[in-house]
Amino acid sequence: MAKQTSKAPTASSKTASTTPKKVAPRSRAKKVVSENSFPTSLELNVTFDTYPAGAYTHKDLGLSVDDVLSMYRNMLLQRRFEERAAQMYGKQKIAGFLHLYIGQEAISTGTATAIKIGLDSIITAYRDHGHGLALGMSANECMAEMFGKVGGCSRGKGGSMHFFSKEKGLFGGHGIVGAHVPVGVGIAFAHKYKEDGGVSIAFYGDGAAGQGSIHEAANLASLYELPSILVVENNHYAMGTAVDRAFAEPEFTHHAVGYKMKAALVDGMDVFSVCKAMQDHVALARENKPSMLEIRTYRYRGHSMSDPQKYRTKEELESKKNEDPIIRLKAYILDNKMTSVKALDAIDDDVKDEVKASVDFAENSPVPDLSEIYENIYDESNYPYLA
Amino acid sequence: MAILQYREALRAAMTEEMERDSRVFLMGEEVAEYNGAYKVSEGMLEQFGPKRIIDTPISENGFCGLGVGAAMAGLRPIIEFMTFNFSFVAIDQLINNAAKIRYMSGGQFNIPIVFRGANGAAGQLAATHNTSTESIYATIPGLKVIAPSNPDDAKGLLKSAIRDNNPVIFLESEVMFGWKGEVSDEKDYLIPIGKARVARQGTDVTIVAHSKSYWIAMDVADQLALEGYSAEVIDPRTIRPFDIDTVVESIKKTNRCVIIDESNPFASISSEIAYQIQEKAFDYLDAPIIRITSKDVPAPYAKNLIEYYMPQAKDAYDACKRVMYVQ
Ligand SMILES: Cc1ncc(C[n+]2csc(CCOP(=O)(O)OP(=O)(O)O)c2C)c(N)n1
Ligand SMILES: [Mg+2]
Repeated sequence: MAKQTSKAPTASSKTASTTPKKVAPRSRAKKVVSENSFPTSLELNVTFDTYPAGAYTHKDLGLSVDDVLSMYRNMLLQRRFEERAAQMYGKQKIAGFLHLYIGQEAISTGTATAIKIGLDSIITAYRDHGHGLALGMSANECMAEMFGKVGGCSRGKGGSMHFFSKEKGLFGGHGIVGAHVPVGVGIAFAHKYKEDGGVSIAFYGDGAAGQGSIHEAANLASLYELPSILVVENNHYAMGTAVDRAFAEPEFTHHAVGYKMKAALVDGMDVFSVCKAMQDHVALARENKPSMLEIRTYRYRGHSMSDPQKYRTKEELESKKNEDPIIRLKAYILDNKMTSVKALDAIDDDVKDEVKASVDFAENSPVPDLSEIYENIYDESNYPYLA
Repeated sequence: MAILQYREALRAAMTEEMERDSRVFLMGEEVAEYNGAYKVSEGMLEQFGPKRIIDTPISENGFCGLGVGAAMAGLRPIIEFMTFNFSFVAIDQLINNAAKIRYMSGGQFNIPIVFRGANGAAGQLAATHNTSTESIYATIPGLKVIAPSNPDDAKGLLKSAIRDNNPVIFLESEVMFGWKGEVSDEKDYLIPIGKARVARQGTDVTIVAHSKSYWIAMDVADQLALEGYSAEVIDPRTIRPFDIDTVVESIKKTNRCVIIDESNPFASISSEIAYQIQEKAFDYLDAPIIRITSKDVPAPYAKNLIEYYMPQAKDAYDACKRVMYVQ
């Protein structure tokens, strides 16, 4: 029986200081066959760093007031963009599956603030609008993609679930739950192989954590000592399946132990906690020390647009709305007198204008020419297609 | 011309391409310290070191996905399957990721990757270890599929596959790894992907056959020659894109066609070839096309059963006689 000397604290615990607790050093035996290869017990002395909400100021993270205001704008852009996208879905301008990130924006923005955009790489699942916008993809190309227009980031071939931006280092937008995580580890492999100093961060959901691909990816990242961070965005539900209905071990940090990976637990409702965790783990990754983060978050909307949400209570949803990461950051800004309410309202207006303009852009962007159906499959243009 | 084993030709192709391009690396189970489960990569660890010849855990989904990511990020991976039977554990990475990411990203990300390894039946290994996968992969737009029948094609096509900017499924053969043949000494010996080879000229019947089946075709052609019939043998070499034009040109001359295909028959490569022939050369056909395939069952273990399961030279010979109306 495994003896846990520590239990991962809940994300709301207020115990951490600005310097996270240290994790026991990992060791890797090079020779697996030893004389004493019949262990009768397993002594674990593993601690997990925690990044609770409210534990960090912007100064702890080396951020200026302008940085904080641009983080606020960045989160608000994601929120307003998706509110508008939901509306456009209702008007049948957007079709297919639309999964909103509303409530989780601190994760994308906290991450984008901590990495070097253009050098580092991000890969995520289908709930990808937030990560794309956080990295600096334009609202125009994102909205046009969902409208199925040629001005979209993927020329209208990917839709909501498949945003890509080579320029910003977004390697997708992936629709098969868990399948992109080994790909993320491969991107880390390439960073190490090329010695370019970049790191690769793969985001996936709590539900995805049950896929074998993620466990294979974790093993490979650790075995090969890759500049890789695996991040489970635990929003507590995979469609309607709550985490404890899907996992024998619902503490995701504990999963990392089997792969000799450092793991940490982060409150995803505080953008500073996310940013700090990312700063620390990106720094580790740059030294080829992979890690796993569990970021606890909450999605305020349904899984996709057709979700009656019978699996959770209104009370639960309302209580989580009190932790809204955007409201939290707004309060921080005002408490610290970084700017005025009026100035924040102006940011909101500006963001709304940007989003509205993106709808106009998407409307006016042409649909792909029918000949486009044969484009972008193979690298060469003269491939002999059938039919 | 050097005489090389099929495996040596593959090794030569990988070695030359790795010497030429530092972005190319080889990854798979037992490729490094064990020198390859079938010794294809023998000596490569010594030459290139562990950064570029990389042993993996038994984790096909994981390391195939890793390969796709590395390819998206600018490397040129060669991923070895111990055999393609095990590719099914990773089929999601091949079909959903390798084949589709370029399209779904609007052409932003190339996936220059080769998945290679032994394909098809290899004796008394029973059903899980005897699958012909070409029709499964060739149906997927975004992939290219190659299945060389001899060392020369193996070398020239593998080099082209490694230089190709698309995902390539490269199907070898456990049975043929030790077979020898002449291989061109030409420097930078590249055989274009998508070009069939007319292996033997003939006028009376066209036999289309790839990989191991090609050798059945050549035996049948020899036998027919003894009786005064002239068979033309075409080895497609590449399954996707398929060089139908070369087949059609041949049928314009022979007016008859037999296809030998080790796949299971339903929706197989031979079904597709037969369809394309009737579409493009219906007026030239003097007889229905006959195809000789493995039986429509899982591969059995017992010696007599697995031999019976495989495409039979005798059946191919009879089929040629039938389409020539001489039987
Ligand atoms: C392999 C696979 N199985 C099932 C699905 C259908 N599906 C899409 S999202 C989803 C839930 C995933 O939940 P989670 O990983 O927690 O991510 P979240 O939606 O909460 O962001 C399911 C089952 C899929 N897309 N891929
Ligand atoms: Mg979830």
